[in-house]
Amino acid sequence: MKIKGKVWKFGKNIDTDVIIPARYLNTSDPAELAKHCMEDADPDFSKKIKPGDIIVAGKNFGCGSSREHAPIALKAAGIGCIIAPSFARIFYRNAFNMGLPIFECDETSGVLKQGDDVEVDADTGEIRNLTTGDVFKAQPIPPFMQELISDGGLIPHVLKSL
Amino acid sequence: MVVREYIMSRSMTIAEKILAAHAGLDSVEPGQLVEVDVDFALGNDITAPIAIKTFRQAGVTTVFDKEKIALVSDHFVPNKDIMSAEQARLLREFAAEQGIVHHYDGGESGVEHVLLPEKGLVLPGDVVIGADSHTCTYGALGAFATGVGSTDLAATMMTGKTWFKVPESIKFVYKGKLGPWVGGKDLILYTIGDIGVDGALYMAMEFTGPVIDSMSMPGRFTMSNMAIEAGGKVGLINPDDTTQNYVADRASREFTVYRSDEDAQYAKVIEYDCSEIEPQVACPHLPENTKGISEVGNVPLDQVVIGSCTNGRLEDLALAADVISGRHVSKGLRLIVIPTTPTVYIQALEKGFLTTFLNAGAVIGPPTCGPCLGGHMGVLAKGERALSTTNRNFVGRMGHPESEVYLANPAIAAASAVLGRIGSPKEL
Repeated sequence: MKIKGKVWKFGKNIDTDVIIPARYLNTSDPAELAKHCMEDADPDFSKKIKPGDIIVAGKNFGCGSSREHAPIALKAAGIGCIIAPSFARIFYRNAFNMGLPIFECDETSGVLKQGDDVEVDADTGEIRNLTTGDVFKAQPIPPFMQELISDGGLIPHVLKSL
Repeated sequence: MVVREYIMSRSMTIAEKILAAHAGLDSVEPGQLVEVDVDFALGNDITAPIAIKTFRQAGVTTVFDKEKIALVSDHFVPNKDIMSAEQARLLREFAAEQGIVHHYDGGESGVEHVLLPEKGLVLPGDVVIGADSHTCTYGALGAFATGVGSTDLAATMMTGKTWFKVPESIKFVYKGKLGPWVGGKDLILYTIGDIGVDGALYMAMEFTGPVIDSMSMPGRFTMSNMAIEAGGKVGLINPDDTTQNYVADRASREFTVYRSDEDAQYAKVIEYDCSEIEPQVACPHLPENTKGISEVGNVPLDQVVIGSCTNGRLEDLALAADVISGRHVSKGLRLIVIPTTPTVYIQALEKGFLTTFLNAGAVIGPPTCGPCLGGHMGVLAKGERALSTTNRNFVGRMGHPESEVYLANPAIAAASAVLGRIGSPKEL
């Protein structure tokens, strides 16, 4: 599985209230949540991104609430994957359960720039900056987890095998 | 009620012992993946709707145990708008359809993490999962309790099980003597300020030491509640007489007490001399941005909120009422007080606290999480500044993205409401 898109940069400790503010949690409709994704950090974020684009952030991405609306909003907005040195644990689990790939990589947050074209290979964990030629390494996503992601998350994945 | 002490094959922390017992193993070690039986699972009016939809999508017809699931409508209730009314209705319908015993709504409902311990539904030695990040509150009872997403909740509602990676543990030892107006909130804010908002990422926090030993249950709940604010998976306190006394009249089922072995392995041991800690204030926009009250400076406020799963228990209201009694809220400042459960509300009424708050010019809200997450009943306008006894001060947490939230204990909150700026009861 390869993910290719433009980089959108964010800082460290991006919390779930920034990813999807609680004032929009009166729905769980992915399309509606997507409209407000990251809006307190960048009001037009959901309009500006293209499918497959990649969020590159600092440590502890997704801290705060357990709201699954956060990975739902990011995925529905078109985000292809997220790269950060670390993820808050509930977000980490929720992201995979929702079929949103995430990669832990220490180096990218300081080096990748807003607008860089990046390709991530889930099989090898290789993160290639197509703009500069730089290559970084994250943990690969094992085959069963990639299958879970392409099935659309844990539940569709489990239902398929029943 | 039977309380048993287990002796296991290797020295373990309380977190490891609970997970081992629930996985049917003699012992576990950090990093190990285990499937465990869940004693209790929880969802609220924001998170349960997704879990319910997932449950139905999976085609499962009945929940694993209708007595081991709580559905609590507490975040956007009393219903704040039509869409949130639909979410609360979904819980009501699902609870009726499945015969879920612990569905709380309307005048029976309260802030989930105060309500469930109060009713004796979560007990020492339990594995509890909740689709709410502050599920870690029950660590104060010696339960392995942690927040999960709605999909994990749905899976547990189907199977009664979940999986965990056994976390490493950090032991925090609180020594010394607490200064005036210093309590559980200050110790946990100080700790988060020290280790950072990811200082315990993926790990179990274990709060120990003579200060914890002599702390009452409300203070312990406050500390465990904010373990997630340091990235922690759980915030555990070893059960003792204080715990036993709390659960004695509440528990309606058997439970098992686990305590860490003396020679258990910790990733880190961190000691604090609490005599040095003054009341803490977490400044915008992270809980780790803590300062002693004497270092905060002149910070004028528009609103003060006293309530939440962190500090909305009777003892918190008592502390605030004591400070504000005979005084009045500063002109132009709004004080919102939220008793967190019907029981807390009745007791606060009977003890005269609510009269004290009303005389001081406060608004008393119904039990709800509302303002803590900028949901309703106290949302901040652009540029406004609040001090709150809640747990998060992220950008836009309580309203407009350009508003600000400071976190502190109930005594500081009450004093600040009178002063119109952040300040201490000493200044009154």
